Amino acid sequence: MKILVCISNVPDTTTKIKLAEGKASIDSSGIQWVINPWDELSLTRALELKDDIATGIKSVTVAHVGSAGSEPTIRKALAIGADDAIRINSDPSDAYSVAAQIAEVIKKEGFDIVLCGIESSDFNGSAVGGMISEFLGIPSVSSVSELSIVNGLPVVGREIDGGRESIKVPVPFVAIVQKGIAKEPRIASMRGIMTARTKPIRLYEPVATEKLTEVAGLEKPLPRAACKFVDAENPSLLIELLQNEAKVI
Amino acid sequence: MSVLVFTENWEGKFKKLSCELVSYASSVAEIMKTNVIALSIGRAEDEELKKLGHYGAHKIINITSNQLTVLDNQAYTKIISEIALQEGSDVIIFSNNITGKALAPRLSVRLRAGIGSGITRLPLSLDPFTVYKRAYSGNAFAHVIIKSEIKILTLAQNSFDLIEKPTGAVPETVEITVDASLIKTTVIETLKQTGKIVLTDADVVVSGGRGMKSPDNWAPLVELASLLKGATACSRPVSDEGWRPHEEHTGQTGKIIAPNLYIAVGISGATQHLAGVSSSKYIVAINTDKDAPIFEAAQYGIVGDAMKVLPKLVDSVKNLKK
Repeated sequence: MKILVCISNVPDTTTKIKLAEGKASIDSSGIQWVINPWDELSLTRALELKDDIATGIKSVTVAHVGSAGSEPTIRKALAIGADDAIRINSDPSDAYSVAAQIAEVIKKEGFDIVLCGIESSDFNGSAVGGMISEFLGIPSVSSVSELSIVNGLPVVGREIDGGRESIKVPVPFVAIVQKGIAKEPRIASMRGIMTARTKPIRLYEPVATEKLTEVAGLEKPLPRAACKFVDAENPSLLIELLQNEAKVI
Repeated sequence: MSVLVFTENWEGKFKKLSCELVSYASSVAEIMKTNVIALSIGRAEDEELKKLGHYGAHKIINITSNQLTVLDNQAYTKIISEIALQEGSDVIIFSNNITGKALAPRLSVRLRAGIGSGITRLPLSLDPFTVYKRAYSGNAFAHVIIKSEIKILTLAQNSFDLIEKPTGAVPETVEITVDASLIKTTVIETLKQTGKIVLTDADVVVSGGRGMKSPDNWAPLVELASLLKGATACSRPVSDEGWRPHEEHTGQTGKIIAPNLYIAVGISGATQHLAGVSSSKYIVAINTDKDAPIFEAAQYGIVGDAMKVLPKLVDSVKNLKK
């Protein structure tokens, strides 16, 4: 079986977001770009499955929609252990068009399990994974926090309100992955970094598709009022404030 | 024209979340001068369905089928798209919860409808259709134009107040048969905690971080949460250490929550943590370090040792209840 992990390129999660002049985008100066955290966990789980011969997973490929500028992030995924990569040379600003691009490549290359992070930490859209599955007309399971191969067939754990379900799903399918899928993201080894340089990145030019959304502007959240401190010796005052001032208890 | 709102039911019951969604849909419909249709899949009693009419649904459709006992994304998407087409819906609203995230993107492709996800306000304008959404994990908000004819919105939880607007709508329950070949997923096991408040539903959340020092110190925190009828949560290091289950992890990569009250105990307030809780209406911070970033996000703070402060808070809440 072949696994495809879709990765997006996002600002490091500790970045203090500043807006660029005109407020239509963020100020990208000094930003460190990383693999979207959920995608990194998906990649880690895919590699763990491949490491176990019994799963029958033969290869792990990563796919990314973006410009050549995001190749360092793709190389990072290769250094962590992906066998090869696909880059679709298109602007990733709209989930529908990104999903359409990836779905086209999946049709051409054929993958059994497609993993997508449940959201990207930039636009928090939670859309691409589900869209890919619908473009392909294949099953999807969302909020996946476990993935294993049992007797050659995938079994996924899906979070539900207040619990979890184990689900059998036939391949090909899309798993939309959240926290829990892997304990910690795998880190690239020295050898991984060396071999990543020569691993292939296949370049696809975009197919014709349309963008259904467009970001018109960004704004920063309003600053919160200053914190009101209560003496640690008299915390009952806090309860009083929460009851009478904030009225939340 | 109509606004369709997908109101999930949990074993036949609606939550506050469902009523929030209908209130939001009803306000959108008012701006658009059209009607609200609430759609629920899975058997619910008429009395329960009528609640949706109380918040402004003009039409309430309940689709039932004994083949649809658990969520199958493909089957559900097909049903919702058929109803949307039948009702001529141009705006379709989901919650940005587990189910909404599973279904909205599929429906988007089926109906060629752009999605605005994690919406926190009413549309900023109808032409162009512009929505206001959470971006950069709460570090920014984006104005997004949806250009397609049909628009799908997923509403961030606890971001819209309940508005009562009784319509007296009479629910219509329709029993259907689903093409069995469409249902491709099979649930083989369900693990569910009963009687516990679901973290994302809770109005009050009490959360512990590394400042709690040991997994053995959680009793007063759990007690405080239960006295306030709230849920417990934790920071990432705590769940990574296995002190608390990872379902409790709130933060950028964990749960994103927006309770009325979030009490952060022994949590320093790293950017990634705040990303998960910054939409809370009130944040209280209890921390030994007066310079901890959590105090910048909090409205109320206590500089002090959690182990000393928590028991006192528990006592004051108990006194309050007397």
